[in-house]
Amino acid sequence: MKPRALLPLTVLTIFALLIVAACAPAAEEPTAPGGRLQLIKDRGMVICGCNAELIGFGYINPDGEFEGFDVDFCKAIAAAVFSDATKVEFRPLTAAERLPALQTGEIDVLIRNTTWTLTRDTANELDWAAVSFYDGQGMMVRTDSGYKTLEDMEGATVCCTTGTTTEMNLADAFRMRGVEYTPLLFESTQDTNTAYEEGRCDGETSDKSQLAALRSAMANPEDHIILDVTMSKEPLGPLTAHGDNQWNDVVRWVVWGMMEAEESGVNSQNVDAMLASDNPTIKRLLGVEGEMGTSLGISDDFMVYVLKQVGNYQEVYMRHLGPEGIDIPRGPNELWNNGGLLYPMAWR
Amino acid sequence: MSRGATMAERRRVVPFWRDERVLKVLTQIGFVVLVLVVGSGMLSNYRKRGLTFSFGFLDEEASFNLAEGIPFSPTDSYARAFLVGVVNTARVAGLGIILATLVGLVTGIARLSDNWLISKIASVYIEIIRNTPLLVQLFFLYFAVIIQLPALREAIMLPGNIFLSNRGVALPWPRPTALFGPWWPFLVVALIGAVILLIIRGRGVQRTGRPSFNLLWVGVPLIVIPVLGWLLIPGNPLLLDLPEIVSKSGGVLKVEGGTKLSPEYTALLFGLVVYTGAFIAEVVRAGILAVPRGQTEAARAQGFTNGQILRLIIMPQALRVIIPPLISQYLNLTKNSSLAIGIAFLDLYAVSTTMLNQSGRVVEVFLMIMASYLTMSLTISLIMNIVNRRIQIVER
Repeated sequence: MKPRALLPLTVLTIFALLIVAACAPAAEEPTAPGGRLQLIKDRGMVICGCNAELIGFGYINPDGEFEGFDVDFCKAIAAAVFSDATKVEFRPLTAAERLPALQTGEIDVLIRNTTWTLTRDTANELDWAAVSFYDGQGMMVRTDSGYKTLEDMEGATVCCTTGTTTEMNLADAFRMRGVEYTPLLFESTQDTNTAYEEGRCDGETSDKSQLAALRSAMANPEDHIILDVTMSKEPLGPLTAHGDNQWNDVVRWVVWGMMEAEESGVNSQNVDAMLASDNPTIKRLLGVEGEMGTSLGISDDFMVYVLKQVGNYQEVYMRHLGPEGIDIPRGPNELWNNGGLLYPMAWR
Repeated sequence: MSRGATMAERRRVVPFWRDERVLKVLTQIGFVVLVLVVGSGMLSNYRKRGLTFSFGFLDEEASFNLAEGIPFSPTDSYARAFLVGVVNTARVAGLGIILATLVGLVTGIARLSDNWLISKIASVYIEIIRNTPLLVQLFFLYFAVIIQLPALREAIMLPGNIFLSNRGVALPWPRPTALFGPWWPFLVVALIGAVILLIIRGRGVQRTGRPSFNLLWVGVPLIVIPVLGWLLIPGNPLLLDLPEIVSKSGGVLKVEGGTKLSPEYTALLFGLVVYTGAFIAEVVRAGILAVPRGQTEAARAQGFTNGQILRLIIMPQALRVIIPPLISQYLNLTKNSSLAIGIAFLDLYAVSTTMLNQSGRVVEVFLMIMASYLTMSLTISLIMNIVNRRIQIVER
């Protein structure tokens, strides 16, 4: 072929390729309802959006592995689907990135201290699976500032992470009390915290669990106090993209299963012994009786692997948030029959 | 063989895919088809995910607070929040472009200086700044310098009541008093006078080829008329408002009076000016070096001083080389201002992230962001292209 014919041919080829690329459906798009679970099984891996810089909930430990309360729920979901808690790919996301990542199908499930709100549930087209942690927004200030309540904070500068519900609750809380303040919005939790620690702001606001985690990592934790005010309800939990109920069901029943296991006294140590239990609830939970797993589209004994490899709710909580971890009292995160709010739905 | 026959023969020989006219049309059709296919593909993927497309959310109450630039309260709309962002970006970009040009011009000339020390200082500055990422510089400037300044209680006080603290820079600022009303007509008259003088001078240059009076005379009405007005009006139309640190209830300190630059604005402006200034310095240096050395030698032989050579011989010729790459630097500065989000400055991009998070309107908000930056960039290009055309060699 003569070289002069090459140019138009090249141009045409590029056009053709671009058109093909544009027409092709977005990668990994589920074609039918319930497609996400099948997609995950085919891929052999759950892609879980999580935090990478919040001690206790989702962070990278010195060995370079993801660790934390939220991270354990990712592992539990992998254990349920694949009987192997290591089959997770973690995608660290900032607060601002997390919702689009789920909306576009880049991740399968988001477990990253995400508050369940009406707008997010509807306008953002997401579905929460369950509440795994009941939190409330708090305010951390310097002990020597003399602040006791939000009313004292007239004219104060408050540091906060952008893209969170905290930002709006902060505005509501101060507007309600008629207190003037200056918000300062950072993109990452770490930057927010650094700015507060260096004295750029008089207060830092976030979920109380986060504040406790951040405070425990400070140079002098005793110089800072978390005020005894709760600005909002923050129900946190795993969520999936809107409209895929089968996958959402898997996520929610794994979370409730871990709570149910705590309620029934099954944990990672005694799970093998419990397989022989006479208790009908435990029998159904561990798949000895009934076809709970099959109806979810996974194996019937999925909770056995979840409990063996990750543990029940209490074990996960104690590992990361208990006295050995960042030490947050369980408070509302106790089981319902223990004065808390955790109430797993009926396992039958 | 006749001419017509040659044409006919050629038409037969050249196939349509090599015919320039056919190709032009085909390429254009191809491009339109491509845009349509990509666009409809995107829209259908969007719908398949069950997402809707609407800008209705802009009228809704934002219910978050923004504390930088024009006043904003949580009850204002999303549209106003976006405006806050646009204005803040314009504040940084506008002042940044002016300052970066000055920094770049001075350092660019300094780097070519015969003075060893001056030229080395300029080189070191340019090399360090040009070879490290801007985001790193901004983080360093903000977290390691600006917010490490002492708290308000121990604020550094510079002469002239300038306070430096980790809450920002407080500067004295002229504030108009009640008497400003009768005074400002004098300012307008002064400006009109100066413009008239400039036009007269320009006409003179056109007619005779040399100005009839020195450029300094244009400044005379600018100074004399406002001063006259100041003397005629009893009292001061402007008052220098000095910032002061006052103690509020509960022992909280606050700066009152003067004008304040937030630490975030200061860090971003300073970072962008220093960074872009280094690039502009290289542009200026290249422009100056592009003027043949003979020009300088000839001018020196005729007894021009160094300052005159630079101002009258080199710069007018160098500007023609400088302006086009300078436009790119201005655009870079404007777009780089979106790094503000890292240091909590509420620029267009930072406000938009909050907006898209609270409203869930990802695609809509991103389209608005892109449209805004595009508008700003095209405006800068347009202005600079007009300037560029004005300074090209005018042939008589």
